[in-house]
Amino acid sequence: MTTEHTTKRKLKLATTSLAGCFGCHMSFLDMDERLAGLLKHIEFDRSPFTDIKHCGPCDIGLIEGGVCNAENVYVLREFRAQCRILVAVGACAINGGVPAMRNYFDLQDCLEEVYLRGTNVTHPHIPDDPELPLLLDKVYPVGEIVPIDYFLSGCPPSAEAFLQLLQPLLVGEKPQIAKSRLHYD
Amino acid sequence: MESDQPAPANTRRIAIDPVTRVEGHGKITLLIDDDNHIVEARFHIVEFRGFEKFIQGRPFWEVPFFVQRLCGICPVSHQLAAAKAVDQIVGVNQLTPTATKLRRLLHFGQMLQSHALHFFHLSSPDFLFGFGSDPTKRNIAGVLEQYPEIALKGVKLRKYGQRIIEAITGKRIHGTGTVPGGMNKPFTLPERDALLADIDDILQWSQDAVALNEQIHTAHADHRDFGTLHSHYLSMIGSNGELEFYHGNLRAQSVSGDNLFAPFDYCDYQQIISEEVRSWSYLKFPYFSALGTEHGWYRVGPLARINNCAFISTPLAEAARQRFKAYGHGNLVHDTLAYHWARMIELLHCAESIQSLLHDRDITGTDLLAKKGEYQPQGIGVIEAPRGTLFHHYHVNDEGLVTRANLIVSTTSNNQAMNESVRTVANQYLDGQEITEALLNHLEVAVRAYDPCLSCATHALGKMPLQVTLQRIDGHVVHQLTKNTEGTIQSSPDDH
Ligand code: SF4
Repeated sequence: MTTEHTTKRKLKLATTSLAGCFGCHMSFLDMDERLAGLLKHIEFDRSPFTDIKHCGPCDIGLIEGGVCNAENVYVLREFRAQCRILVAVGACAINGGVPAMRNYFDLQDCLEEVYLRGTNVTHPHIPDDPELPLLLDKVYPVGEIVPIDYFLSGCPPSAEAFLQLLQPLLVGEKPQIAKSRLHYD
Repeated sequence: MESDQPAPANTRRIAIDPVTRVEGHGKITLLIDDDNHIVEARFHIVEFRGFEKFIQGRPFWEVPFFVQRLCGICPVSHQLAAAKAVDQIVGVNQLTPTATKLRRLLHFGQMLQSHALHFFHLSSPDFLFGFGSDPTKRNIAGVLEQYPEIALKGVKLRKYGQRIIEAITGKRIHGTGTVPGGMNKPFTLPERDALLADIDDILQWSQDAVALNEQIHTAHADHRDFGTLHSHYLSMIGSNGELEFYHGNLRAQSVSGDNLFAPFDYCDYQQIISEEVRSWSYLKFPYFSALGTEHGWYRVGPLARINNCAFISTPLAEAARQRFKAYGHGNLVHDTLAYHWARMIELLHCAESIQSLLHDRDITGTDLLAKKGEYQPQGIGVIEAPRGTLFHHYHVNDEGLVTRANLIVSTTSNNQAMNESVRTVANQYLDGQEITEALLNHLEVAVRAYDPCLSCATHALGKMPLQVTLQRIDGHVVHQLTKNTEGTIQSSPDDH
């Protein structure tokens, strides 16, 4: 893609999913053909859509999902350190969402239900390899771990809401999202 | 790349973390000796949700809307599998014709968008640019830039599937549509006409997608053996043996193409399938109980379905299947990368099926709810999700609250296969080589063929002592967790 017509550099956008379902990422893609237009002004850095595995210095970071394990904490901190503007996207990032329903139960009990008492389970034991990140006792909203600049509500926020967030940021303005675009389901 | 985790003597551990252009959280680890020989290659699923636990105590009618939040790519699959289980709980065996067709249309829309997403947005960069191409270009933005025509067709195919979902459930992602014994809203004539207006393009682009994948697979001799496994297959089939995604019996075929058992009712799945737990993955490893853990693993998803079905009920997709069969000389096609080709044949079948459902008079009917029957203490719902056979099983008490849930998510059934393919590719391409990013992407290409959905999966706790501290930017310790060598976790008092 050429950018001759503009001398402005493209803004860098990083995205990640922590304890989320990828629905917020899918909703981002629901901007459909408008994605091609957006990519004239924005380039992806670390994101599940690219093969960039670590976040470099970025203008905007979008976080989907809450924080459920040690790795989520690590990634979230990487994003906070690298992104000028950090946005908590969707119910899970903002409040913990459906994964946080496990907060009402004892973690050990959840693990036992799945790996020891599950239907037709062979070699029942709780997976414990060092490659698996340590689970936190609870699922935390991202705002409890690092400071967040904007919160985009919805489960997921609509593609229009993403555009209304990003377009003002592209020109250095504060996003104003129409009330009709804000929803919480 | 080089991982912090300790490795056994004389080996190095290399990690691809995270695996990208897949949905969910996974990583690949390699143990490599001094001569760069592969000692071990594993694909780990590092996520744990505990859904089976926290769904307990919730009313059964809520379940389809919780459970779809396991996965934002195939939420409709989870909603429908759970809805089928809920239908059983309220004693409904047969939905009204309109409700059945609306659910099928919804499901075809979901399959179409998920398959388009997987090929065009996630996997096509590997094939259009090459497995070892520049990692900064190897993504959908790169494809939009260099192959805008291909990318935009993919974007619009996905959009069309999403529009169907939106028309039926009110939202593109995590809408509502199913209710116990039926559907909650009729499909209107304007909604139908808007979709019909674009169906010809969708049919054409779906055919182009099949042609592109057929050409890619047959033109590259090295794709034939790439991560290829000789495996068993499991999938749903229709009453005449045809390709079927929504309702039917299950068929299991052996490596050599014989039926492993007679096609069986999915409600009997517990007699056929067991799951093994392994310490290094939160995802369990299912297998056919009769064959044991070592020989009983199988593959699910598009390759399994196209191999298992006797025919496809729509003409264009059937012609495409015939060419697929001819490529395999009438035998099962075991090529792992042929998953992509099979997936696009299914995409075409979805487009044709959508066209015929949109022309069906029942689809805009208003008779949406079946009469409830006798309340049942459990319900089992099984469908073919984009990634393979999906099982939902719920027990409820007299008050209608869930007491037990068991899910076998599609990707779980491919767990062993993904690991085998990673091992195969590691031995084929990486063994004895200087490990580079380009070579590592080959392992991800093998995983991507399965279109894994790792969000749907689950996770655990290590035996080594570990401490995790949650600290605010200002250095204030919010929370601390310590795990001792016995695996017991101590949590420091929460001070907020
Ligand atoms: S907010 Fe909703 S769509 Fe987004 S990750 Fe959470 S469950 Fe998925």
